Amino acid sequence: MAKKGVLSRISGPVVEVKNLDDAKLYDVVRVGEEGLVGEIIKIVGNTAVVQVYEDTNGLKPGEPVENTGLPLSVELGPGILKNIYDGIQRPLRDIEAKSGHFIKRGINVAPLPRDVKWEFSAKVKKGDRVKAGDVLGTVQETELITHKVLSPFEGKIEGIKSGKYKIDDEIGTVNVEGKKKDLFLYQKWFVRNPRPYAEKFAPVIPLVTGQRVIDTFFPISKGGTACIPGPFGSGKTVTQQSLAKYSDTEICVYIGCGERGNEMTEVLTEFPHLKDDKTGKPLMERTVLIANTSNMPVAAREASIYTGITLAEYYRDMGYNVALMADSTSRWAEALREIGGRLEEMPGEEGYPAYLARKLAEFYERAGRVRTLGTDERFGSISIIGAVSPPGGDISEPVSQNTLRVTKVFLALDASLAQRRHFPAINWLKSYSLYKESLDEWLRTNVTDEFPAMRDKAMELLQKEAELQEIVQLVGPDALPDKEQVILLVTKMLREDFLQQNAYSDIDAKASFKKQALMLKSIMLFHEKATHSVDIGVQLKRIQDVPAKAKIGRMKEITEDKLDSFKDLHKDIEADFAALAKK
Amino acid sequence: MKEYKTVNQIAGPLVFVEGVSGVSYGEIVEITLPSGERKKGQVLDVSESIAVVQVFGTTAGINTSQTSVKFLGETMRIGLSTDMLGRVFTGIGEPKDKGPRIVPEEKLDINGLPINPYSRESPADFIQTGVSTIDAMNTLVRGQKLPIFSASGLPHNQLAVQIARQAKVRGTEEEFAVVFAAVGITHEEASFFMRDFERTGALEKSVIFLNLADDPSVERIITPRLALTTAEYLAYEQGMHVLAIITDMTNYCESLREIAAARQEVPGRRGYPGYMYTDLSTIYERAGRVKGKKGTVTQLSILTMPGDDKTHPIPDLTGYITEGQIVLGRDLHRKNIFPPVDVLPSLSRLMSLGIGPNKTREDHKGVSDQMYAGYATGRDLRSLSAVVGEEALTETDRKFLKFADAFENRFVRQGAYEDRSIEQTLDLGWDLLSMLPEEELKRVKKDHIAKYMKKKETKAE
Repeated sequence: MAKKGVLSRISGPVVEVKNLDDAKLYDVVRVGEEGLVGEIIKIVGNTAVVQVYEDTNGLKPGEPVENTGLPLSVELGPGILKNIYDGIQRPLRDIEAKSGHFIKRGINVAPLPRDVKWEFSAKVKKGDRVKAGDVLGTVQETELITHKVLSPFEGKIEGIKSGKYKIDDEIGTVNVEGKKKDLFLYQKWFVRNPRPYAEKFAPVIPLVTGQRVIDTFFPISKGGTACIPGPFGSGKTVTQQSLAKYSDTEICVYIGCGERGNEMTEVLTEFPHLKDDKTGKPLMERTVLIANTSNMPVAAREASIYTGITLAEYYRDMGYNVALMADSTSRWAEALREIGGRLEEMPGEEGYPAYLARKLAEFYERAGRVRTLGTDERFGSISIIGAVSPPGGDISEPVSQNTLRVTKVFLALDASLAQRRHFPAINWLKSYSLYKESLDEWLRTNVTDEFPAMRDKAMELLQKEAELQEIVQLVGPDALPDKEQVILLVTKMLREDFLQQNAYSDIDAKASFKKQALMLKSIMLFHEKATHSVDIGVQLKRIQDVPAKAKIGRMKEITEDKLDSFKDLHKDIEADFAALAKK
Repeated sequence: MKEYKTVNQIAGPLVFVEGVSGVSYGEIVEITLPSGERKKGQVLDVSESIAVVQVFGTTAGINTSQTSVKFLGETMRIGLSTDMLGRVFTGIGEPKDKGPRIVPEEKLDINGLPINPYSRESPADFIQTGVSTIDAMNTLVRGQKLPIFSASGLPHNQLAVQIARQAKVRGTEEEFAVVFAAVGITHEEASFFMRDFERTGALEKSVIFLNLADDPSVERIITPRLALTTAEYLAYEQGMHVLAIITDMTNYCESLREIAAARQEVPGRRGYPGYMYTDLSTIYERAGRVKGKKGTVTQLSILTMPGDDKTHPIPDLTGYITEGQIVLGRDLHRKNIFPPVDVLPSLSRLMSLGIGPNKTREDHKGVSDQMYAGYATGRDLRSLSAVVGEEALTETDRKFLKFADAFENRFVRQGAYEDRSIEQTLDLGWDLLSMLPEEELKRVKKDHIAKYMKKKETKAE
């Protein structure tokens, strides 16, 4: 082991170490007698500056510091799913077992369970040539997910055996250019290095989230990036959680980065009880949670984002679709700022370090739908949905602006919508999705041909409404011509009966694309018929009192197995207006 | 014990001591002034030879030649015991009443340790405060941290004592305690709290820490931490349900800025340090329920928004950490409505955990949402009617206008000693909702309308 360095200065989470042997940037070190985990973030002469992932109270100059010689890494192997980690992949459950309800310092726990025996079935045999990324064999990690053990090397298999193994047991050997390498169920990966893939694809498949305002108006693609900025109380976290629960991905990575403890607890207690839609098994079977709450050390908060994305990439490489929720990237950026401040770096905009834009871009660039490494054709994707918490809700600040530059979907949360309990409080005028056009093809083949046109028409009406509202503010609604009052009537339906969705209702919390299309169709049909009625001289008052209106108001409650009843609804609408025309 | 006479620089609340060795970060020091007076301080930064000490109290009278600094070898701790109930302490934990010193049963680090998120238990018990706007629309739950966003000249103190007086979990007779931390408030405000605690007998069940406006501002950094360490001790060791009231967090943040400026740190927004979010979180996050422990800590902090500005860094960062906020509105206060809780920007994030059948009543969520929506619509229409006149509004719109007025006058307004049960509050809500046309009530369930809404003609107000 290398010679130990000596602690020379302590200032909050940043400490300085002298004479640390072979110090490389981003090496992980063990600080002080207690062996607190830290990472080298700057080297000046023989002094290494270290950010410590744990509380530094009580450290003294002169205490020893040991270099592990390796950058911050995670363990990738069976046992990740269902786990709850802190920012540097320490299982919170094991921390509790060791230190009780409060997180004490210097706790050393293994990321993956060491005593569990996994049933490994080999998919290659002796003499096979494998490339890096090839599937060596599989392990049933949870009831829902088959874990593919990937080869970290390229070479010739010299031996491999199926059976029950612990994570540290050797499962075989491979000959890499004459050198023998042991194979294990897990491998290590440095979190700041993206995992490689063969090819990245354009976004053409939507991520179906079950949220009407998103799927219909501001779709996210599989492998896409979205950002949700919003002031506090506008429902960022609820939106993120809905996405985590209902997105059609196989794996969900949820990073609670610098967020509230009780909120994480809500996720921790709720996810195990939630049932996966397709299989009825607990959602947790395909989820990994990373919880680094705001009062946990700030440096670990900075690392949590990288830990999360690396785990996501690992499952992508097995050929799964992964949804990664980061709540919130602002807290991560603030961690960068805080550490930058301690390093006495020259600050950029609003005190954030000048490299903020680069780091954000690097993170979001790790999303995408790819063909993975390996000889068999596997396709996986990572979709990143990042929450941003702009101070005062003003998105002109650096974190929001730099995020908007790299993400393709912008879901603008609006406090005034939240205040009137319009949830999800996504402002339909300010939000955008750059995936809309590229996904239309998929929608035409998989939902209905008319869907893109219908959606554009509905959006047009909503925009028209905003203009009309300005006039109404000045002169009152009665001054508008009947046709425009019909628009107001229809957009109110769009807002209340389509855009609003109750995350706490069993039926309404999620809507399939089919149901969304039918709901939209009902409202647009109403619009078409109402406009026609105005044209043939039907009184506006009578249009407003059409009985079908109330039925549209209750269409959210139609369950997915009774979608046929929309046909009746459409018939009712036509009949009601036909009756109006007769009188 | 290491003692040094090597002070080489004094800047604001900071003292720089040279030639030290073996000093640990966060260690407590005792400073002896030339006059013989003693002060306490804490190490903020330490390198091989220099320690930067933050002094609690003024630095007046400290000089570089005769002052001696003793490093006590331990981080800031507080001695705790149940005898603290009914006692009053200074902002650094010395007895302030005439009682004896506390014989500690346990000594704990005042910075506490973060609760493992996995060890937390989801808050679930509804706390009835007797204040309609809170109970019905921004429900407080045991283990929650819910600050009051107020502003200068608004009656936040009156609301805080009313909550402290009336708060209860129904159907239980469990031990509760109040931990009250005054951070830089005036003597007058402090004595208002003390008088009320005394008169209602709450004092016996309270531990009080007072750092008043004329006390050293640096002490404000530790006063909330002392209070929360005490709260955690009473909750997790003694099994009590603790309500921690901290007022005023704005003063705390001002102190934080003062120290950061003295250390010549790079300032963040409006001169507040870049780590203020993290720092505040280590205070606010000390609330909650822990698995297997009987007691809980519920936090009710008060802060005054400078210039009534919710986007000011202090309320802004607070709102990102706490589980909602209760916002007081100047308009309501001007209309002489007490408590002037403006429900629209107010929020309780944990509300859904504490309401519903078996907890409050099945119609709670619907009534709350419906009243929110109705009041928001009514308020919008108010500005519209100011432009076009009430006559230009539709009949439905006029009903919403009336609803908003009645909501303020009957639902928001209540006496400082009026303790409404949740049933009374919800029934009052239904009473108000009956003013609106039934087809507009989209957020309440139909069968609840039939069950709870008393059918009657809209009577003239």
